[in-house]
Amino acid sequence: MNHDMNITLKVWRQENTNASGRFEEHKVVANPDMSFLEMFDVLNEQLIETGKEPIAFDHDCREGICGMCSMVINGRPHGPKRGVTTCQLHMRSFKDGDTITVEPWRANAFPVIKDLSVNRGAFDRIISAGGFVSVNTGNAVDANAILIPKEVADEAFEAATCIGCGACVSACKNASAMLFVGAKVTQLAKLPQGQPERETRVVAMVNQMDAEGFGACTNTGACSAECPKQIPLSVIANLNKEYYRAKMNGK
Amino acid sequence: MNLFSFLFSSSLGRKLIMSLTGIFLITFLVVHCGINALIYMNDGGETFNLAAEFMGHTWYIRAMEIGLFVGLILHVVQGLYLASTNANRRPQNYAVNSASANSTWYSRSMGLLGTIILLFLVVHLRHFWVEARFLHSINDKNTMFTVMVAVFQNPMAVVIYVLGCLSLSYHLLHGFQSAFQTLGINHKSYTPIIQTVGTWFSIIIPFLFASMPVTIFLGLIK
Ligand code: SF4
Ligand code: FES
Repeated sequence: MNHDMNITLKVWRQENTNASGRFEEHKVVANPDMSFLEMFDVLNEQLIETGKEPIAFDHDCREGICGMCSMVINGRPHGPKRGVTTCQLHMRSFKDGDTITVEPWRANAFPVIKDLSVNRGAFDRIISAGGFVSVNTGNAVDANAILIPKEVADEAFEAATCIGCGACVSACKNASAMLFVGAKVTQLAKLPQGQPERETRVVAMVNQMDAEGFGACTNTGACSAECPKQIPLSVIANLNKEYYRAKMNGK
Repeated sequence: MNLFSFLFSSSLGRKLIMSLTGIFLITFLVVHCGINALIYMNDGGETFNLAAEFMGHTWYIRAMEIGLFVGLILHVVQGLYLASTNANRRPQNYAVNSASANSTWYSRSMGLLGTIILLFLVVHLRHFWVEARFLHSINDKNTMFTVMVAVFQNPMAVVIYVLGCLSLSYHLLHGFQSAFQTLGINHKSYTPIIQTVGTWFSIIIPFLFASMPVTIFLGLIK
């Protein structure tokens, strides 16, 4: 039995990066099986029909893997559920008659482009600073040419599930990017392919992270608790370790 | 020099200082608490005075005292720097903030708790350290113990000390395990041990400290 839900939305509207924003209230009738983004689609259609400007928000895959969707829903990035992206959140997680406040990621390093859409280019610049490995071109090598112990592969893979959404930054009281950078550094530092750039990588990525204006980590754990991929705090400890190691080797 | 410049320039370097000085201050708390607990011998402060005398007049302890102040000052300066810069990392705060869903209030309030502890320390150092080291008012008649008893006759002082210890307790509750995480120690076999030890430490040490002004005020220790 699906009952329609009457939802009141308080949505952040902001013309552009430099404009000052404000909240706007909208009513929308949602189906409990809609995703949160589908509910926004319904709202935007209403807005278009009445000649109003639709609400800008980011999305791409809508299956929890691209990391584009980004909404702070009632004060929590990606909403009230653990381990879920906004696109995978369903209206059944709310109650009929609820008022839901939706805000963009708020961080100096993530300026608002418009409404709920923010510029996460800072993450891209951190990745370009060192989040890569060098490989030979030519024929693809055999997948099992380099043996990797199962536990190592598992740890690297766990870190590699980070989708770069930025929820960690948005949840952190310091707007720190340590969980994201920790995940990327850990993923590559664990694997044999990541060894040649291991030390220069971590220093370059941390320098870029600081330069982008992200805050310093105080280990509150908010990032990991809100991460849709449940990246563990141990990647931050590992990032610290990798960084000290590189510094001790004079990098 | 370049090897160490990161300690004062990068966010991770600054945190390393917070962590190392934090652990150093934690070890100091053990010594401080152990010596103070000698008042519970309830021998009119005799054993306690001996220990205080030793701490005040042994050259290597005095040298360590300088190290302690260096550690404390580094911890305070870096902490205040980190807290003040971290406070400006968003253009505006969230209208709705559900931080309690993802973190503890005390882990988010380390700057505030630390500031309360610092204010308490000013009062505390004035009560004892300044008397002993600068005013040289400690002698055979006026021992460290008699000063202690005199200070804690004032109920206001007792309240300030108990609040100071409470702030210390919450500061440690997050700080103890956070220091190890910052050092890069996070492992499924060690972390639960660190967290358990940290929790008990954060309760027992401040509780012992707080019990002293209270028991003296109540006249249980003479
Ligand atoms: S660590 Fe988690 S919250 Fe942060 S960017 Fe990656 S997936 Fe998103
Ligand atoms: S839209 Fe791709 S993860 Fe949500």
